[in-house]
Amino acid sequence: MSDFKRRYGRRRVIQGGLAGILATGVSPLILSRGAWAQEFCNAPTGDTVTLGFNVPQTGAYADEGADELRAYELAVEHLNGEGDGGLIPHFSSDTLTGNGILGKRVEYVTGDTQTQSDPARESARRMIERDGAVMITGGSSSGVAVAVQSLCQDMGIIFMSALTHSNDTTGKDKRRYGFRHFFNAYQSGVGLGPQLGQAYGNQRRAYHLTADYTWGWTQEESMIAATEALGWETVEAVRTPVGAGDFSQYITPVLNSGADVLILNHYGFDGVNSLTQAVQFGLKDRQANGQDFQLVLPLVSDLMAAGAGEAMQGVYGTSNWYWSQPDEASQAFTASFGARWGSPPSQAAHTSYVQTLLYADAVERAGTFYPPEVIRALEDFEFDGMGNGPTLYRGSDHQCFKDVLVVQGKETPSNQYDLLEVVSTASRESVTYDPEIFGGELGPYEPNMCA
Amino acid sequence: MDIFRLPRKDVITLALFSIVVLTMPIWLAPLGAAYPGLMQQFAIFAIFAVGFNILFGLTGYLSFGHAAFLGVGSYTAVWSFKLLTMDAIPALIFAIIMSGVFALAIGFVSLRRSGIYFSILTLAFAQMSYNLAYSVLTPITNGETALQLTSQDPRIIDMMFRDRLAGLPSPSLLGTSLGGYGGFYLCAAILLVVFFIAQKIFTSPFGMQLRAIKSNQTRMSYTGFNTRPYTLAAFVISGMYAGLAGGLLAVTDPLAGAERMQWTASGEVVLMTILGGVGTLLGPVIGAWLIKYMENIFSAFNARILADLFSWLPDGVQDGVVLVSSKFVGEGWKLTEGLVFVLVVVFLPGGIMEGTRRIKSLFGARRANRSASKEQLSTTAAE
Repeated sequence: MSDFKRRYGRRRVIQGGLAGILATGVSPLILSRGAWAQEFCNAPTGDTVTLGFNVPQTGAYADEGADELRAYELAVEHLNGEGDGGLIPHFSSDTLTGNGILGKRVEYVTGDTQTQSDPARESARRMIERDGAVMITGGSSSGVAVAVQSLCQDMGIIFMSALTHSNDTTGKDKRRYGFRHFFNAYQSGVGLGPQLGQAYGNQRRAYHLTADYTWGWTQEESMIAATEALGWETVEAVRTPVGAGDFSQYITPVLNSGADVLILNHYGFDGVNSLTQAVQFGLKDRQANGQDFQLVLPLVSDLMAAGAGEAMQGVYGTSNWYWSQPDEASQAFTASFGARWGSPPSQAAHTSYVQTLLYADAVERAGTFYPPEVIRALEDFEFDGMGNGPTLYRGSDHQCFKDVLVVQGKETPSNQYDLLEVVSTASRESVTYDPEIFGGELGPYEPNMCA
Repeated sequence: MDIFRLPRKDVITLALFSIVVLTMPIWLAPLGAAYPGLMQQFAIFAIFAVGFNILFGLTGYLSFGHAAFLGVGSYTAVWSFKLLTMDAIPALIFAIIMSGVFALAIGFVSLRRSGIYFSILTLAFAQMSYNLAYSVLTPITNGETALQLTSQDPRIIDMMFRDRLAGLPSPSLLGTSLGGYGGFYLCAAILLVVFFIAQKIFTSPFGMQLRAIKSNQTRMSYTGFNTRPYTLAAFVISGMYAGLAGGLLAVTDPLAGAERMQWTASGEVVLMTILGGVGTLLGPVIGAWLIKYMENIFSAFNARILADLFSWLPDGVQDGVVLVSSKFVGEGWKLTEGLVFVLVVVFLPGGIMEGTRRIKSLFGARRANRSASKEQLSTTAAE
């Protein structure tokens, strides 16, 4: 008995017990570290994977949102092997086979951003927390894209932004989990500048009307930089609220300002309204400083051109993509979208569709849905066959680099969809910039767990 | 302690209410709303509506600008995150103080008038605050883009204790993260506390004085009673409730946008209160939940979900039903909201609470009838 007592004294029993408890507690951490790494927010477990499409169904950008939703539905069909496959056969990466993503059938949920940050984040949270979406895509409005992008970073969910043109999205407010295929305001300025100089000379005085949020601010800054480089003078830059509807109070002062070019940093319904009203005020037929008065709409889409009608004729702008591009991929996408929905796709639809395919392809190449691996697969990814020529997803700011189209409203449209004409292309080299000029920080790869 | 004492009926209400709030993750699950994001909204907007009801329900002063205080609370909380610390407590305290100061200033001017003039004055102030936040004070509010955290924020207090980590920090409560369910339980706990405070106000002499002002302010004045300090106190208290709600919005999601102060947001809380039942304690909470539920769940329905829902109908009928019902969900959810509101106001002017009262009295009346007839029987038997 005494022998037993000496060998298993109180202290030893406690020590041994504690060591045992510690070992049981710690060993799973050591033995299954590899397995832990695979645990992340909304890891798809069944035979389906859910994507979240967060688009404006109401508000100033509702037209764009509706078209984006059509493109997403088309992309899901093509990923699941339905329809004609769209861009999949043209895409330079050949991992997509119409068998879903990693063999899982693609399902989707939708939400309305209302073109405002709060509702956009609420609906993104619903899709992540309730519906288990593993990726969120959408946008229209850079304010919304920036807000949702930072939410997605917090939750460890990849965000593939669609229509967002502000420099901040992949600049000051860039995030490790956010990716943008669309071009930005800086690239618009660089692309549009030479064309404006060639068409309107370098003795001009420009007046800016600017949508009062992140996109408008950076677009105004980029346009002022590009036009002042031509030798133009900036008379004034006036901020207008988003969704103002009536711009007459902002256009009246333009008449007597001594300006001879009006640059409208507006998009969606705002762009349509301000352009139409400027034309109604007779600005197009006006003479100022001995020259013809000119209007410029730096970012233009075919939806806006359709909305503005005749007012758009002769007006210069830039586009990410246009459906009449002659390359095979663009034609295939236009045909596929037209067959499904009965109208050619807008640039918003195109970028939404491409982003969905790019995400699916990155997951296939990574071989997992684990976000850090998917992010690494997207970073510095060089691809082609998506309608924009050779394109690079730059790793340092998650911005795509590709040619920028300079477009002009057609004077004599041959049909109701043939509204814009691509007048020149700014090469990918000319619109490439140093990521440092916009600052910002991407943040960590490691995902946060959502609740 | 005496200040924690409540009438027995109110204690039962509070207990039942606590159970309902804390078991939300369970009973909301079949309704498709049991996810932290929406449950946080439920708790926060319940706080907002309860506070609004202290002013509107008790004094009868209809403020059309309460969202301004919500916005002030949010901006203050986000600035507290940016400048001081990511902890929720200072953020909420500052949010309450700042919105209280704003309410004092706006209330001092607006309460010189009553009725429609008061409503218009508050609406004007709220719209002014919205425009200031939207386009004038953009260095403070960041306008349409919304005020957000950045990794370069000073965060003075946090920086004293730990180094800057990679990526953005998230709000916490004494070191515990407030993501997901943590955030919900914080909001729920605060909701219970402020609900208790509202109950105390309703049963206190102060609450009685406010009700007296509502029923006849002129008579109150003639009895030599100065009503202004009382209405102002009610206004400031309800402004602080709104500020608390705004602060919580920022705690659960550290971003503050100007649209929170827009007149539509002020109108929404009026809708919530009227829908649930003005002047009742539970009514505004129910109204808030109903509107937030419609906004978040109905707006997410799309034609595909509807088609699944009605797949049991024959083919031709199904298409028709989907076509009609799709107008009321998705982007058309506001149509549903409007219809429900009209129906409630026309048939139940006292809101949903009046509906429950009517149902109760229906049963009560039946029971009373039964006992009355029993009595009759027994008396006849005795004869």
